[in-house]
Amino acid sequence: MSATTTEPERGAPRRRALVGRAVFAGPGLLYVTLFMTLPLLIIASYTVLTRGRFGGVETEFTFDNFAKALQPIYLSVLGNSLLIASITTALALLLGYPTAYAIARLPRQWRTVALVLVVLPFWSNFLIRTYAWIILLNSEGPLNTALVNLGIVGAPLDLLYNRGAVVVGLLYAYLPLMILPVYASIERLDPELQEAARNLGAGKVRTFLDVTLPLTLPGTLIGAIFVFVPSMGNFVVPELLGGGKTEMVGNLIRDQFLVARNWPFGAVLALSVVAFLVILFAIQAAIGRRINGGGARA
Amino acid sequence: MTETEPALLSLAHLTKSFGDTRAVDDVSLDIRANEFFALLGPSGCGKTTLLRSIAGFEQPDSGSITMPGQDGKPDVDLRALPPERRPINLMFQSYALFPHMSVEKNVAYGLERERLGKSEVRSRVGEVLDTVGLTDKAKARPAQLSGGQRQRVALARAIVKRPRLLLLDEPLSALDRKVRAEMQLELKRLQHEVGITFVVVTHDQEEAMSMADRIAVMHDGRVQQVDTPVDLYQRPANTFVADFIGSSNAFQGTRQPAGVDVPGLGLLPGLPGGDGTGEAAVLVVRPEDMQVVDADRAVLTGEVLDTQFFGGRSTIAVAVPGHAAPVTATQQGTADVVRGARVHLAWLPDKGVVLRAQE
Repeated sequence: MSATTTEPERGAPRRRALVGRAVFAGPGLLYVTLFMTLPLLIIASYTVLTRGRFGGVETEFTFDNFAKALQPIYLSVLGNSLLIASITTALALLLGYPTAYAIARLPRQWRTVALVLVVLPFWSNFLIRTYAWIILLNSEGPLNTALVNLGIVGAPLDLLYNRGAVVVGLLYAYLPLMILPVYASIERLDPELQEAARNLGAGKVRTFLDVTLPLTLPGTLIGAIFVFVPSMGNFVVPELLGGGKTEMVGNLIRDQFLVARNWPFGAVLALSVVAFLVILFAIQAAIGRRINGGGARA
Repeated sequence: MTETEPALLSLAHLTKSFGDTRAVDDVSLDIRANEFFALLGPSGCGKTTLLRSIAGFEQPDSGSITMPGQDGKPDVDLRALPPERRPINLMFQSYALFPHMSVEKNVAYGLERERLGKSEVRSRVGEVLDTVGLTDKAKARPAQLSGGQRQRVALARAIVKRPRLLLLDEPLSALDRKVRAEMQLELKRLQHEVGITFVVVTHDQEEAMSMADRIAVMHDGRVQQVDTPVDLYQRPANTFVADFIGSSNAFQGTRQPAGVDVPGLGLLPGLPGGDGTGEAAVLVVRPEDMQVVDADRAVLTGEVLDTQFFGGRSTIAVAVPGHAAPVTATQQGTADVVRGARVHLAWLPDKGVVLRAQE
């Protein structure tokens, strides 16, 4: 209850509990600090330094890298990434939510089977799976052959090496990341809440909008972030399925570090993606708190 | 309660199976307008399935659920209506309050579905919150309330719609003992005040006995008996009801004109005799009808095993040779016999209920 207590004997056990928690959390925290926080700090420091001639940085303070990121050509890449990631996320939501809902309402023994099927693609290599889409979508591929042979189209369609192909590839890669958290939140939803809404006079659509959707919104937002963030940063799919024509911020970052050897500018771009992610999570957390009803939770 | 009171809800030959189990088995019931009706039975007897069928959340395999039309209007076939269009509200056992809405939003939800004006919604919500004494909690979220308060929000949310029929699924089971007793009285008062027909599902016979005008006892998906609490207790229709309602002494034997002939104990008096002489029967005597008497009037004789004092009344357990279970008798005040004493027991013939033995 009240955190402030004057009882003297409370101090020692509390300290011991803290030590215990540190022992449990320690290894994980240490790992994250070493391999995530430190590199992030290094990247952050690069943003205000000058590029070295052969990569690396020179310790000369400047804000030019930020100014460069605001040039129209780079803003358009950022905009393009946002657009592709948003379309991918929206499609993942439209496909993933009904799938997750259907799985959550299956008989218990079938739910596990369905979930294993959802994550089954993860058991094969990501690159191989993406290459497979090249075979599927190219002008002599099975999809075009089937369309031509069925007389639906006269000549093979340009399905590959465009924005659509990138979206298809990203959607394929990250759809399970939408389904799993949405499934978890629907499975936790008490069906009696939906029945209560029906009993009070709400039709099926109304019940979904008033009860199901708001109560599964936190999980759905997690799913959206899980799809949006890696879609935005991905550089393999745009390269393989976009044919190098569709530049995304992930490609740009990689090129700055490995090709253009402009580390400080790459760092600015990388950090802007991270900042985006932090904002998204903050929004998700705020909505989650609102829905779960104030501070006091039962 | 008169027999001529019109039925508000009629169930006829309702049956619902889950796999091989018949949760509800050929149930026919009439719920009368403005009565407090209880569906009583042990868990798994089908009472909740029956309630959910009435509310529209289970589809019965066969049978009908109708609300007879009033003033010459045709009967309403409830099975043809989706849950949201039935003039029935249900208070869930879990209360099923919307966690993302405040108390007043929860209560207003059903009224908003009726497309009522904002001011009417507000005044009716205010009224009902006043009735259940939660006006000061209007802005709170369900997670910030106690169990008793949540129960009252659930009740308010159901009655604010002014349904013709309110179904309550184990309404008091989540409350602790003291609050439960208060809420029993509260529910009864509310039912009179709002003039809504209540159907309560419960496994707690005391709860059903103290609140309901009539009780349907259910077992294995079937209605065993529908009666007033007093008649259920005094004239159980079968051995299940006799055993389930209150405590009783049961003697197995064969039916005779004046009672039941029990091997080793002789003819024990009971009613009704007559029909079916010679068939297997059970004689049931309530502990409070079992009297300690002088030797010349004795029907049974045994040795006192134990006495228990419950404040206001005492129970004596008597070992009767030839009968396996101890025979219990209840007396007012403290017991006037001591352990080990030899006592004689008897009862008036009309206090012995003869029932057909069940396989």
